[in-house]
Amino acid sequence: MHILKHLSSEKDEKVMPNLQRRNFLKYMGMGAALATATSLAACHKDHDYVDNGVSLGSGDFAVLNFAYALEQLEAAFYTQIVASPYSGITPTELEFFTDIRNHEIGHRDFFKKALSTNAIIGLEVDFSSIDFSSRASVLATAKAFEDLGVSAYNGAAQYISSTDTGKAYLLLAGKIVSVEARHAAYIRDLIEPGSFAGNDVVDANGLDTVRTPAQVFAIAGKYIKTKINANTLPHA
Amino acid sequence: MDLQNIFHEIEKVDPEVYDRLDSRRAAMKEFTRISGKIALAAIPFALGGMFKKAYSQTTSGTSVADVLKYALTLEYLESAYYIKGIATPGLIPTAGLGAITTIRDHEKEHVNFLQTVLSGLGGAPASPEFDFTAGGTFPTVFSDYNYFLAVAQTFEDTGVRAYKGQAANLSGNATVLTAALSIHSVEARHASHIRSMRRAIGQLGATAALKPWITLNQSGIATTAVNPSYAGEELIVQAGIDIAALDNIGANSASEAFDEPLSMDQVLPIAKLFIKP
Repeated sequence: MHILKHLSSEKDEKVMPNLQRRNFLKYMGMGAALATATSLAACHKDHDYVDNGVSLGSGDFAVLNFAYALEQLEAAFYTQIVASPYSGITPTELEFFTDIRNHEIGHRDFFKKALSTNAIIGLEVDFSSIDFSSRASVLATAKAFEDLGVSAYNGAAQYISSTDTGKAYLLLAGKIVSVEARHAAYIRDLIEPGSFAGNDVVDANGLDTVRTPAQVFAIAGKYIKTKINANTLPHA
Repeated sequence: MDLQNIFHEIEKVDPEVYDRLDSRRAAMKEFTRISGKIALAAIPFALGGMFKKAYSQTTSGTSVADVLKYALTLEYLESAYYIKGIATPGLIPTAGLGAITTIRDHEKEHVNFLQTVLSGLGGAPASPEFDFTAGGTFPTVFSDYNYFLAVAQTFEDTGVRAYKGQAANLSGNATVLTAALSIHSVEARHASHIRSMRRAIGQLGATAALKPWITLNQSGIATTAVNPSYAGEELIVQAGIDIAALDNIGANSASEAFDEPLSMDQVLPIAKLFIKP
């Protein structure tokens, strides 16, 4: 059962499209030229690529491709950690990072398969700012990615449609986000024991952080080389 | 903020608003009363309570208020549990006190938040009285730290599943859905940490196989009494896709990668074990 195939591509009324491209590039923190040879080389399907970058599609597809993009980023990150662990990594840390890698691969490949022909291409990542030999650098990035993932799902869920198919996807997003939160807590505890739900991420009402897709891309953008056109993403 | 404009907008969305609030003047008074005493973040909810939409049934027949009352019951349970645990001399060692205090504070905040929101939706129910021994199933829950943590883990993992099970019922109500999900992920952070605490101690079924994430339907707790809280977590097929086969990550990773929901009908019998009749 590939429920995505039954999704309407019509715009859901709650989806507020058209973040202006100029604004979006600004959010991405990359106003200048990207999307030339590298993106073209990475492009497998013609319809995925337009001059403005890789389109996330519309309606629920846009939200799901947004999640797929983040899962691609996380999966690539943990794959590299496991392939070349930081110095001084403990056996338990390596075991848990391998688990996390597998979870993110599961999420990534799930979205790819579920989205089928509506899936965006495989993104090219840019990890040049990360020192994979350094525990501190890797853990700080892992914490940022996991907290970002939690806030991204928390913030994007409201834009999934209220159709039966949309509800099925809302539940799937819910199944994933709590696992990201488990990761986040584990990694935060590695950095500072007891910081699993620190007040930098949980507010005075006991609520976790919520980010709009634009806020998420503003943070994630520096790790994604492929130009993404998020004009169809919801924003508030 | 121009209140008259707000009411004009409310009238447009919900023409019968004054049938419930008598008059614009009463609505104004109600709004002032509510906004005067609640946290800023809760204002959209309290305002929402003045709308027909918030009173309405969701497509599944469960109203938003019903979902919030259900959530409040679970938060009452968790909050009372940690309050009592911390107040019990000699139960929680110094090493665990910081984390348990953090978690207690969040649960208290969730209680306050949900009470406030429900006060704008016709009122919050009072807390039930609890029996955390579950009628004698966990007789040492407040004298044996290992039991205390095991029950805490069960509460947190169950809480995650309970909120997840209500997401679809909140679909279409962006504000409440987002808040519920924001509580949901905090419960998951708690669960992750308590599982790590138990793994480090290594008692009462907590072996090296106990991880921050849930493997198959394994509780990591040496009593079958908690099994209903983990039933169904072993799922490895999502939306028809075999997750275990993806890049051959295997069944353990596939089950861990997706937390599973529990319905109200599944959670309430679990909660009732701890509620005094």
